Amino acid sequence: MEMQQFHYDNKIVTKFIYATIVFGVVGMLVGLILAFMFLFPNMTDGISWLSFGRLRPLHTNAVIFAFVGNAMFAGIYYSLQRLLKARMASDLLSNINFWGWQLIIVAAAISLPLGYSTSKEYAELEWPIDIAIALIWVVFGVNMIWTILKRRQRHLYVAIWFYIATFVTVAVLHIFNSLELPVSALKSYSVYAGVQDALVQWWYGHNAVAFFLTTPFLGLMYYFVPKAANRPVYSYRLSIVHFWSLIFIYIWAGPHHLLYTALPEWAQNLGVAFSVMLLMPSWGGMINGLLTLRGAWDKVRTDPVLKFLVVAITGYGMATFEGPTLSLKNVNAIAHFTDWIIAHVHVGALAWNGFMAFGIIYYLVPRLFKTKLFSIGLANLHFWLGTLGIIMYALPMYVAGFTQASMWKQFNPDGTLVYGNFLETVSEIIPMYWMRAIGGTLYLTGMLILVYNIIATIKSGSAVTDELAEAPALERVSKHRLAGEGWHSWLERKPVQLTILATVAILIGGIVQIVPTILVKSNIPTIASVKPYTPLELEGRDLYIREGCVGCHSQMIRPFRSEVERYGEYSKAGEYVYDHPFLWGSKRTGPDLHRIGGKYSDNWHLNHMYDPRSTSSGSIMPNYKWLVTSELDKSQTEAKMKTMVSLGVPYSEEEIANAQQHMLDQGTQIENNLYNDPDFVASYEADKNNAAQNGRPFVEMKNREIVAMIAYLQRLGTDIKVKDLQE
Amino acid sequence: MLKFVKNYMETISGIEIYPIISLLIFFTFFVILFWWVFTAKKDYINKVSQLPLDNNNQNDILL
Repeated sequence: MEMQQFHYDNKIVTKFIYATIVFGVVGMLVGLILAFMFLFPNMTDGISWLSFGRLRPLHTNAVIFAFVGNAMFAGIYYSLQRLLKARMASDLLSNINFWGWQLIIVAAAISLPLGYSTSKEYAELEWPIDIAIALIWVVFGVNMIWTILKRRQRHLYVAIWFYIATFVTVAVLHIFNSLELPVSALKSYSVYAGVQDALVQWWYGHNAVAFFLTTPFLGLMYYFVPKAANRPVYSYRLSIVHFWSLIFIYIWAGPHHLLYTALPEWAQNLGVAFSVMLLMPSWGGMINGLLTLRGAWDKVRTDPVLKFLVVAITGYGMATFEGPTLSLKNVNAIAHFTDWIIAHVHVGALAWNGFMAFGIIYYLVPRLFKTKLFSIGLANLHFWLGTLGIIMYALPMYVAGFTQASMWKQFNPDGTLVYGNFLETVSEIIPMYWMRAIGGTLYLTGMLILVYNIIATIKSGSAVTDELAEAPALERVSKHRLAGEGWHSWLERKPVQLTILATVAILIGGIVQIVPTILVKSNIPTIASVKPYTPLELEGRDLYIREGCVGCHSQMIRPFRSEVERYGEYSKAGEYVYDHPFLWGSKRTGPDLHRIGGKYSDNWHLNHMYDPRSTSSGSIMPNYKWLVTSELDKSQTEAKMKTMVSLGVPYSEEEIANAQQHMLDQGTQIENNLYNDPDFVASYEADKNNAAQNGRPFVEMKNREIVAMIAYLQRLGTDIKVKDLQE
Repeated sequence: MLKFVKNYMETISGIEIYPIISLLIFFTFFVILFWWVFTAKKDYINKVSQLPLDNNNQNDILL
């Protein structure tokens, strides 16, 4: 048989590794800054683009898409070429994939702090960036499938199926969740509203975890663990079952993020049932990974790569046991909205994704630079700092979650809440936030040691940019099954059929969940008294979205006695029909805001935004001084209302035409309310006089952002009152 | 379970058949999957599981 010579493209792998390391440091650093903001809320006082609400999506996006995303590409570009015995089909596409992805990350790093956000978790980027992501993702997929078609290895190893499933599913998820109608170049509204938007978002959110953070890394596990341990995977049969059952079941489980919410109950129950089933394939995969080390456990003692991989797989096992547990309604009733969830995701991110990435980096860099790792001792130090960091992060957050949840639910014998003031439940867990910040510091320190170790390794070696390899060309084989050939082995040499079947497997679950909720109007009982937001409230809502308030405040009161007592009547699906996008939130660092309307005076809100500690002593909310001083941009209001009309919100032409006047009237009303407070009058009039004397322009209160914010907050949850329901 | 479905989706005609179809799809999926896996040939399984280890990568002895 004729041997063909070719070169593996190592350059692209190296580039992705550099990007992984750089964005790993950035993403973790932003996370650490956020952790310290819980302790020092005014750390970045007055700098709007460094405020908590805007940095939180930057942290999640940087870690998921920049750090883990680049690590995924590095691992795939390395292993795919070797498993197929072929160079990537197109160096141009590889480079478009790399540079396009980095540009998207930079665009995110600029636009998110500036407040351009859709507010949908892990999908915060605005529509032009969403389109860019879709294009670059397709480039990646085309390059991968083209390489598969040019391969010199007949059979597709299980790792490659995971890569294919990743490509197909992320494309489907990203496109459906990002359907939005643009208002301007950097502002859009989700085409879905309320319950539908929530369902689509968590179908996406859950499966982004599944198909961006899990399946590609399982593929990498099936390649790098056998490589590092120098023995084949424990059971290839198990890996076949693992792959198909995982991708088939995963996609159904999204609604477990919405238990006890206004989501229809059938969808909640479906989500729970499939989440529990998901334990089986997840643990099957974990066991398969760990048992690959059978007879090689002695190597784990000496090889830092294996140490990282073993803890990564263990972390995967812990997180995937915890996931189904959290999806049980009784457990979810405790954990949801608390720091338990933060602990859960960080076991996944720090242990599974982080340690997997570190293991792969330590494995690849010496090979890509034809040298030995600079220091095994430093790699071991990194391993222990990282492991300790994960424990120091996760354990306090579990304690914090349990503590806070129990405090939220505790009643006095007379039926009142023991901790009626939400702040008491926050002050109680501040020591846990301290420990978390220390854990995060340890983890980041370990990362910096990796940076040093890798730089030193690279300096001591010389880059092998194009690695020579040889393999015989593939002979042509019949398209049909050969005599004695099993069905699955036939399928494994037919990448296109395999891709189609994988797509069918993931679409079944998606369709069952999404289609009924979108098509059937009666899924969401309408409430006659629920009206669209006024123009000023709509602008206020956009400020709420811009500042990322949803990162700390939910707008979803669950039907529990403790929540109804604390916040008011529980939330109904019909109350959200005009909410493009939905703002239910997933974490209560502060209290729920769904019934905040009318609870406090306008002055209270103004003072609270200017300095939360002036109204709520000990609050850890940052100041939002710029809302109080900045002028409200009303230039887009009509365009926003027209976009809403296209999405089915019943604004009349007259309402749109009178929007400016209406905003002015409502703003004036709020300004008049603010005059009830003599302190406000004194400081406001002083400001006005000061500006007049110095000839500086002065923005009247009725035209400032805070007025829109107050209008929105005072409206929240007031469409239905408990007495209306009883009548 | 069906009573939740019926309450929300009674506007869909023939809704009762949906859970049965779902169960059938689900059941069939796993029957076929396990049939594949258990009928796979041993030497084939061995060959494929060697794929990551089988390449002439000069640098593999390092570290």
